[in-house]
Amino acid sequence: MKKPDLEKQDAGKVVLQELTDSPSKKNHEKKSFWMSIRIPILAIVTGLVFGAFLIGVTSTRMYAAFGTSFGAGIAEFFKEIATAYTALFQGSIGNPSAMISALQSGNQVAIREAFNPFLESLVQSTPYIFAGLAVALGFRAGLFNIGVEGQLFIGAAAATYVGYSITGLPQYIHMPLAFLAGALGGALWGFVPGILKATTGGHEVINTIMMNWIAFRFTEWLLSGPMNRPGAGGMPISPLIQPSAEIPKFFQSPIRFNLGFFIALFVACLVWWLLFKTTWGLNLRLVGTNPRAAKYAGLNIISITVIGMVLSGALAGMAGANQILALNHSMALGLSSGYGYDSIALALLGNNHPLGVVLASILFGTLRNGATKMMVVSQIPIDIISIVQAFIVMFVAAPAIIRAIYRLRKPEKEEATAVFLSGWGGGK
Amino acid sequence: MTTTTAPTTMAVHKTITQTSPVKRIIYGIIELAFAALILFIFAQTVPAGNITTFVMTPGGITIGKAPDWILPTQLTLYILVGISVVLAAIQMIRGFGKVTMIVLGVVAILFIFSFLTWQASGKSLNLAGMLSSAVLLSVPITLGAYSGILCERSGVINIAIEGMMLMGAMVGALVGSVTHSLIIGLAAAILSSVLLAAVHAVLSIKYKINQVISGTVINIFSTGMTSFISQKFLQTNQALNSPPIFPRIPIPGLAEIPVIGPILFNTNLFVYLMVAILIILQVALFSTRWGLRVRSVGEHPKAADTLGINVIKTRYMSVLLGGVVAGIGGAFFTLGNVGRFDEEMTAGKGFIGLAAMLFGNYSPLGATGAGLLFGFADSLGSKLSLLGSAIPPQFMAMAPYLLTMIVLAGFIGRGHVPAADGEPYEKE
Repeated sequence: MKKPDLEKQDAGKVVLQELTDSPSKKNHEKKSFWMSIRIPILAIVTGLVFGAFLIGVTSTRMYAAFGTSFGAGIAEFFKEIATAYTALFQGSIGNPSAMISALQSGNQVAIREAFNPFLESLVQSTPYIFAGLAVALGFRAGLFNIGVEGQLFIGAAAATYVGYSITGLPQYIHMPLAFLAGALGGALWGFVPGILKATTGGHEVINTIMMNWIAFRFTEWLLSGPMNRPGAGGMPISPLIQPSAEIPKFFQSPIRFNLGFFIALFVACLVWWLLFKTTWGLNLRLVGTNPRAAKYAGLNIISITVIGMVLSGALAGMAGANQILALNHSMALGLSSGYGYDSIALALLGNNHPLGVVLASILFGTLRNGATKMMVVSQIPIDIISIVQAFIVMFVAAPAIIRAIYRLRKPEKEEATAVFLSGWGGGK
Repeated sequence: MTTTTAPTTMAVHKTITQTSPVKRIIYGIIELAFAALILFIFAQTVPAGNITTFVMTPGGITIGKAPDWILPTQLTLYILVGISVVLAAIQMIRGFGKVTMIVLGVVAILFIFSFLTWQASGKSLNLAGMLSSAVLLSVPITLGAYSGILCERSGVINIAIEGMMLMGAMVGALVGSVTHSLIIGLAAAILSSVLLAAVHAVLSIKYKINQVISGTVINIFSTGMTSFISQKFLQTNQALNSPPIFPRIPIPGLAEIPVIGPILFNTNLFVYLMVAILIILQVALFSTRWGLRVRSVGEHPKAADTLGINVIKTRYMSVLLGGVVAGIGGAFFTLGNVGRFDEEMTAGKGFIGLAAMLFGNYSPLGATGAGLLFGFADSLGSKLSLLGSAIPPQFMAMAPYLLTMIVLAGFIGRGHVPAADGEPYEKE
């Protein structure tokens, strides 16, 4: 609890440093641009290499080939990887030759179809952007929000309810209303751990995990009880939302690309502005990196903690709302494929910066989209993506491993990271 | 906290043994409230002359049979109200001193019993079966809690228990199926869990990355890896996913005791293992030199180091031992109970184990109590839904999570968290 490094820095200096973070420093930043992104990039590459190794090793065809000759086995090993990663690329970005021929033919439908994998990747990244921003904002405030999954479920339930129960509104009112309801639901779920942390010191990691399970049980009850679709025959599923609550799609049916992606980008800009261009954001970051200094600077830590957690929950709720309003149009229990945990990876990979989170989300969305095709082509379970993600997070969190693998020199100054854990009880 | 002088220790001691008059009255009121609930909600709504039948032998048991309890519902409830009121009155007037909390627990148990009597009014409920399954359900939770205690007493936060158990469950099922041997399956499960624990130890002790992030990495990896292997191999080849199950082992003599015998002494090997680990851990932590070292490393590593204790080695040992215990907990899912691996079958039991650890105030004995309580809530929920209760089973299932949050918030009284929990140790 008594961190010596916290005591060394004094409050005034930290505040002053933040305030004088002026254009004169920009030059220095440019020089170290490669330095700042080399770890994430090498982490991604290494993660994919590990994934490739796993694909090769678990291939039954490879072992069959080893039966004939050693050379054939090795060849099959690399062939398996090549097939899988080609499928991953074509499923997530598209087939380059098909794209070019579609463009040459000038046929609108063909062009759309050729570019659909890429657009679908953006669709898949949308919930990641919201969820990743949720975790990143929490991290910036020194809060570890593992409760994104639960906040997402509650947000989705709230958006669904507003989506189907209100009728007769025009789309430009109903859709934002349902979306905001989702944000509000998530915010409520974030508020509870926030206020508990601020007033009693109960650690948000445990509390958000508990809130996750409460959210799952609660939505299970909602979907099989009050929000059950009439005639669902006991299946826990909600009614379909009104067409006026749907987030509009840009193209015809098979292409799911929708406005949600741009809402996510807009929200990311908003978070960036809030964090880096407002006094409140400065205070929030100060609480996150140096709570002791923040206390001596006279900041209201309680309100910043609570609002930080509420905003984080609201962003997570938006992820749920987006899934319902843009894609599913009704709520069932299999709503999220682990966005909550993946979002922690996103925040780390994106260095808790909104731009970084957006880029990391697009990467994860692309991988997940491509993995679907990879599963069809070479029967590799989609969970390979989770394994690759785990490796990426590990390397990003422990850059020393990456430095050891690639023999990189250690930077003179380590970047400061948020301090967000000192025991569960938070006792002072 | 670390420089506690003798007088303050005395003061703390006093507040524990002597309850203040205000607290005495508050506990009395709580107990009266329980009595009032039984009287006005349960007893009043039961038709006179209804009979509640409690079956006192779990299904499938041949030794240690006990006759059923046939109780007139309303009369039983009135008697229970009477006992509660008397206890509450004594509490308010005189107080129970040291046994205050025990009396409160007794009243809570009476309340739960009257709740069951009320719910099963006019029906038959297998009470012994319910308790027996509560003990079984508590096994993974309690073992998870032990694993957490081992790690966190030495100052390493471990939220990877869930991942270790999941990996143990999968590997146990796979190896058990291939070798047709329970012991080899169990050993493999333990080994896989220890490997993950080793990764956690290296990441958090050597590389000093945030321990919650390290735990999250392991959880993501484990979920991905087990689902990957399950889809790729276990689901396509049933022979790889049909391990033997540890049989029921009756303890001669003890198993014949009615009611208690079938629940505690004619059950799964894992229950006995749990009891064995409980005794070993409780003694080792609090009465041996090793335990003192572990605790000192978790409380004040610098002081421990000065005294010549190898902080790093002690932490590695504790985390690896934690892995062993979590591996046993994981094996329970497949080798102890179900005989099959399903994706994500641990379903958050590791996290609830963590909650049980906090609830039990980092003591093995307390964690066992909490684990049993959570197991009971689980089995109560499933039994009630079988009885066709008006209370949705989802709400029963939420109870442990809510209880954990209340405990964590310190509403019941906060325990002591190891002071250096979550802080990497840097030798100076």
